[in-house]
Amino acid sequence: MSDNKALVPSREQNTGLDLGGATKDFVTAYIGKQLFGLPVLTVQDVLGPQRITRIPLAPPEVAGSLNLRGRIVTAIDVRKRLGLREKENSEPGMSIVVDQGGELYSLIVDQVGEVLSVPNNAFEQNPATLDPRWREFSDGIFRLDKKLLVILDVTRLLDFTASVKQAG
Amino acid sequence: MDDLLSEFLTETSESLSTLDVELVKLEQNPNDPDILSNIFRLVHTIKGTCGFLGLPRLEAVAHAGENVLGKIRDGELVVTPPAVTLVLESIDTIKYLLSELEQNETEPDGNDADLIARLNHFADTGTIMGADAAPAVDSSAPPEPVVTDEDALQALFDSTEVDPEVDEAPAQPEPPAPAAAPPAAAKSQAVAPAKAAKAQAPKAEAPRGEAKESSVAAQTIRVNVELLENLMTLVSELVLTRNQLLQMVRGKDDSEFTVPLQRLSHITTDLQEGVMKTRMQPIGNAWAKLPRIVRDLALEMNKKIDLQMIGADTELDRQVLELIKDPLTHMVRNSADHGLEDIQGRRDAAKTETGTVTLNAYHEGGHIIIEITDDGRGLNLERIKAKAITNGLATESELESMGDQQIQQFIFKAGFSTAEKVTSVSGRGVGMDVVRTNIEKIGGTVELKSVEGRGSTFIIKIPLTLAIVSALIVESGGERFAIPQISVLELVRASSNSDHSIERIHDTPVLRLRNRLLPLVTLKKILGLDEGETTAEDVDEEAFIVVAQVGTYSFGIIVDRVFDTEEIVVKPVAPILRDLSLFSGNTILGDGSVIMILDPNGIATRTGEITVGGSQGVEGKAKSDSGDRETTSMLVFRAGGSEVRAVPLALVARLEEIDVENIEYSNGRPLVQYRGKLMPLVFIDGGYQMKAEGRQPTLVFQDRERTMGLVVDEIVDIVDDVLNVELTSDQDGLVGSAVIDGKATDLIDAGYYLELAFSDWFGHEDTGGEKKRVLLIDDSPFFRNLLTPILSVSGFRVIAVENADQALELKSRGEMFDAIVSDIEMPGMNGFEFAESLQNDAEWGETPIIALSSHTSEEDFERGRQVGFSDYVAKFDRDALVSTLIQTLSAV
Repeated sequence: MSDNKALVPSREQNTGLDLGGATKDFVTAYIGKQLFGLPVLTVQDVLGPQRITRIPLAPPEVAGSLNLRGRIVTAIDVRKRLGLREKENSEPGMSIVVDQGGELYSLIVDQVGEVLSVPNNAFEQNPATLDPRWREFSDGIFRLDKKLLVILDVTRLLDFTASVKQAG
Repeated sequence: MDDLLSEFLTETSESLSTLDVELVKLEQNPNDPDILSNIFRLVHTIKGTCGFLGLPRLEAVAHAGENVLGKIRDGELVVTPPAVTLVLESIDTIKYLLSELEQNETEPDGNDADLIARLNHFADTGTIMGADAAPAVDSSAPPEPVVTDEDALQALFDSTEVDPEVDEAPAQPEPPAPAAAPPAAAKSQAVAPAKAAKAQAPKAEAPRGEAKESSVAAQTIRVNVELLENLMTLVSELVLTRNQLLQMVRGKDDSEFTVPLQRLSHITTDLQEGVMKTRMQPIGNAWAKLPRIVRDLALEMNKKIDLQMIGADTELDRQVLELIKDPLTHMVRNSADHGLEDIQGRRDAAKTETGTVTLNAYHEGGHIIIEITDDGRGLNLERIKAKAITNGLATESELESMGDQQIQQFIFKAGFSTAEKVTSVSGRGVGMDVVRTNIEKIGGTVELKSVEGRGSTFIIKIPLTLAIVSALIVESGGERFAIPQISVLELVRASSNSDHSIERIHDTPVLRLRNRLLPLVTLKKILGLDEGETTAEDVDEEAFIVVAQVGTYSFGIIVDRVFDTEEIVVKPVAPILRDLSLFSGNTILGDGSVIMILDPNGIATRTGEITVGGSQGVEGKAKSDSGDRETTSMLVFRAGGSEVRAVPLALVARLEEIDVENIEYSNGRPLVQYRGKLMPLVFIDGGYQMKAEGRQPTLVFQDRERTMGLVVDEIVDIVDDVLNVELTSDQDGLVGSAVIDGKATDLIDAGYYLELAFSDWFGHEDTGGEKKRVLLIDDSPFFRNLLTPILSVSGFRVIAVENADQALELKSRGEMFDAIVSDIEMPGMNGFEFAESLQNDAEWGETPIIALSSHTSEEDFERGRQVGFSDYVAKFDRDALVSTLIQTLSAV
């Protein structure tokens, strides 16, 4: 499923995972205890808790929309997108804003961490046993000292049509 | 200066500056096809525009220049500096002509034969004639233009063509070797003035150089549309930010920001208006092509069409303009093609030969209204019904319960064309649905009014600009939403103890509003925001209802609260939300929050109420009124006494008030001058007394050129009622009495008064030839009295009988008729049985029978066809009856 050929080029384009050079920079984020990484160049903004307008009838993963300096940004609940349970505490999350085809999306995560430079030789393919949903959104894993960093594929995370197709 | 001309000047001087540059480039890269074709295109455009504007001198020069360029482009000629000089020279001439044009608005006298000759010569031979003189010659140099004898020129051409071998070297500067004596002489003639001109050249050069910078061109600049769009977006954002700031300050009493903010607010408003203005264009721009289209169409279809355009200078946003251009063109075409009858058709329908299509544009409360009206045949309901059934859009029983307006809405459905045949202009059924979609896309609405036989009117309502719309902010389920103001009709506050309360039909909420039932939708519910906690009671307790209109369908949206209206900038929603049809976009409000914009269209579709775009709402009333019984519009008036009298409105052409002073007498009979003709006046009875002074209301009856006025005291009302003549009358001029609007009313016999005015009214021959004999069978004396005059004035000889038996009696006497018009419901033998009995009849079997009935359902129609009726006409529709008769008779 994750080897869908048509999607491969776009993945490379958007994440910049060509693995050239010695290290890669990622903006890290926590959802629950899991550490995720987004290629630093895809990230536009990091936001604190925002007032979000609900959008009725939208897919459940769409948390709503918010106003970022006069632009309307669609907020995506990454937790729901990854099929995780609702957060136990009701602390408002933080958001990472990414640009996808000229549209801005705000990915809601529990917490945003620092920017990490990770050596390329720490890269691993997704383990074959990974949850299919995660495998779809993950570009691979970096082995860090104490943790594993899951790289999110923004394009696919935001491609709702594809996931509908695959789910069905 | 003429707009067209000044636009041409601006555009051309721009092209010319480009040309200068491009030509020099070409000289450096003679083989670059891109540069060459660009040059060619520019010159070609200039030539084309000149021709269009009627500037022959300019056109001739441009044409000659284009010739040369064309040859170069095709590789027949080689680019050399002298060649470029020659073309540049023609460009200079064009510039000179343009500057003259700008000053005097006409081309200067004279011609440029010398230059053209040299250009043509080069085009033909590839050599430059008089090349040494060329740079300075500027043959067209004012003020004494070179005049050349044409014969001499022709001779010159001949001579050069005779010696092609001499001219072989393309770049060779000067002239063909001495030729025969006469041509040579001719040539010296031609060159001599050119040389003379050379002397003047320096003088002439100077002013021309100054004229280069056209002053018209300097007054306007061309700006990329994208830049304007960008500006507009920025201004929109600025407006939003301003609103935000205003909202913040509003709460505080005297903030130091109040004054500067006020200023900012004013400037922003001005700026917004200014930028909007840059995008405004007169709607006439979108109409420019229409006269031509209509003219061609008129020729092709053998029609006479008068296209009236009113309000062409009404301005609207160019983006909107672009978007409505095609729908408008389409609709005008439709009106001219389907709407209007051909000349014969119009004559038959007793209309003027020339049909009129009227375009009318005007502003109305932040919107532009465009009306497209034709006085043609109107929409044929029967045909629409039939088509709707064939296309499976509705069943017969559904159609049965629909009002006329609802049925007309079918023409906005995809693939719906009632045109019998596809013409080159329309009838392919890809029309009105696209038109509607396009107009609705820009937040507009289309309404349709049509009366069969009288014509149709389409009313388009579109916002002035797309960038900023006014919207009503409402709250439902704790969220706020914006509803575009254009679709909001009114707001109703409903509560159980007020006049308006929400009632329920099996859980479906409805509202009684001004004697009609308004379907309601609960916003919370359709948005899925109720989360199961909704109870019928709390909704009914108190609610706000936004009455919205989509097309002709109106419905109410129940919301929790209604806030203010706000100017909003519509932004498209993110792609992942595009398939939510309930929203047309989103926006940021003054307080900085994001809000979704509801699409009333989507809501209407979502609630499933409308399949056709028009439903219960508006038409409900008409429907319940009429029930099963057919009503007639009656004009109720008083004349000579206190009792009320009535006449079917269909018979009255106009109502006028005539000044008693203007009444003249001829041969003892009263007349007035009316619309350039004499109109006889008749009174209700012999003893009628007119007012001594003042104005006298008059009912005008008209038939072709003849008009007659019936003088009355007072026009009381127009009443739609079931007509039931209860007492017949023997008195002249009265058909009988009926209860109209609850009162006993005398029905007057229009035919009697017509005859009074023109003793030959029914006798005059207007079609020439023998009159067709029509047998009219109707049990109602009223109808016999009504129809006989109508058919008579239309040129038929009418024999009216009371029932089928009498008709059959006529048959047994050997009477023959060209057509039979028969009622369906009759005592004794009814219309169906009568028709059936004639079906295989030796004498009357071939005679077409037209059914006359108030029941025009599809089943009746079907039955009628089976028993041999050739057509089916609704009672009270006299135009349809007359035209059907004419059609039927001409078909026989």
